[in-house]
Amino acid sequence: MNNRDVANTLAIFKREFLSYFNSPVFYVIVVIYLLASMGFAFFFGRLLDTDNASLAQPFFFWHPWIYIVLAPAVGMRMWSEEHRLGTFELLMTMPLSPWQAIVGKFVAAALVWAIGLALTFPVVLTVCWLGDPDPGPIVTGYAASYLYALGCLAVTSAASAYTRSQVVCFIVSVALCILLTLIGYPGIVDTVVRTVPASLESIVRFVSYLSFMDHFYEMSKGIFVFRDVLYFLSVIVVSLLVTHLGLRSKRA
Amino acid sequence: MIQVQNLRKVFGSKVAVDDVSFTVEKGQVLGFLGPNGAGKSTSMRMVTGYFRPTSGKITLGGIDMLEEPELAKRSLGYLPENAPLYSDMTVASFLGFCAEMRGLTGSARNKAVDRVLELCFLENVRNQSVDTLSKGYRHRTCFAQSIIHDPEVLILDEPTDGLDPNQKHEIRGLIKRMGQNKAIIFSTHILEEVEAVCSRAIIIDRGKVVADGTPEQLKKLVPGVNTLDEVFRSITRPDTVK
Repeated sequence: MNNRDVANTLAIFKREFLSYFNSPVFYVIVVIYLLASMGFAFFFGRLLDTDNASLAQPFFFWHPWIYIVLAPAVGMRMWSEEHRLGTFELLMTMPLSPWQAIVGKFVAAALVWAIGLALTFPVVLTVCWLGDPDPGPIVTGYAASYLYALGCLAVTSAASAYTRSQVVCFIVSVALCILLTLIGYPGIVDTVVRTVPASLESIVRFVSYLSFMDHFYEMSKGIFVFRDVLYFLSVIVVSLLVTHLGLRSKRA
Repeated sequence: MIQVQNLRKVFGSKVAVDDVSFTVEKGQVLGFLGPNGAGKSTSMRMVTGYFRPTSGKITLGGIDMLEEPELAKRSLGYLPENAPLYSDMTVASFLGFCAEMRGLTGSARNKAVDRVLELCFLENVRNQSVDTLSKGYRHRTCFAQSIIHDPEVLILDEPTDGLDPNQKHEIRGLIKRMGQNKAIIFSTHILEEVEAVCSRAIIIDRGKVVADGTPEQLKKLVPGVNTLDEVFRSITRPDTVK
């Protein structure tokens, strides 16, 4: 890393970040996200009825399902839009490495999502006002939720590198996120384990270990395990590598 | 400044560019001619470092494009076909972004933006969104981007395509003026343009160089004809011919 790398990454980041705020899509998504995450918490999660100052079950439980749809909606323009407008060609003839652009764009999307997540603060205020929550699980819950969103965004980045159509990118990313969620969903995994021969159980467990859900679940309950953080970080790294390959294939 | 040796590009089973070599020195304007689909854009995309050639060697200002792409691209300005722009930005913010990508910051960045806004007659639309620009302005904005860092090498893919006669005249004048101290390659379908602006021209047909010389030399290439248009039609084949 030298100054030039940082400056290029920052320039890409800045442009990308500001462009989210120029687009109505961003505002629509944030509003839907806030309505969904807080609506689920209060109505389906029965935040007020459980008489329990914990956010794990009523609030964070729903986040993966929201991210499956909304994170691809935020990220789908990342590279698809560059391909469609033709600005990708312009960008790749400027003196920067593809990595600087990939990281710059991903960090911009990540920061946008951090803003969305931060806007759910009324839920935290509510439980603090009504009860005396343990701050630890709230912090790990937010970390888990954010890592889940980043995982979905990274998958979307990879999908968007391969297509100029935002619709195709959106559908493929949603499908991948659903897959990565369901293969670790406790109910489904238990059913599969019961139906397959016992000798295959370790394989099923291994596949479910690759799921977002498996790593999200423990963390959302307040159990902070470094391994789970490492898992999400490796998902991001692998997805960005796939993004890099996708961009390279467009220039072959 | 620009050296291209034995450039070749194969897409699947189709040979798009076959053994193209040329050099362009500082102060030269090279015209790139050829029918649609002859390999002009593909060649230019390889010279700019966007496409990776199947084989061959490209150096800009002595720096190898394939070995040190980021370094070689610093001396390069490029106007792609169809003049792509980020549609959610204003003209000035787009040019500011391009300046930053070229390592210009602070007052150097603002100065560079002002300079190209004036040079490309864009002052009227400075704060207008790129989305709402007419084709001529879009084209000039992208052109402005290519010269924002005053590059030594300029590659322009159909820079006058879609412009009205006044705008064409202005852009030609600009290319000619800049050609005095830069190495420029530009592709065009307008043959009068070649005579007006280029110091040399290459005609490409089906990926191969079929003619190379000054516009005057090219005119004498085919006996019995005396316009570039007729020469072009007699040495290239329409794309419907097998």
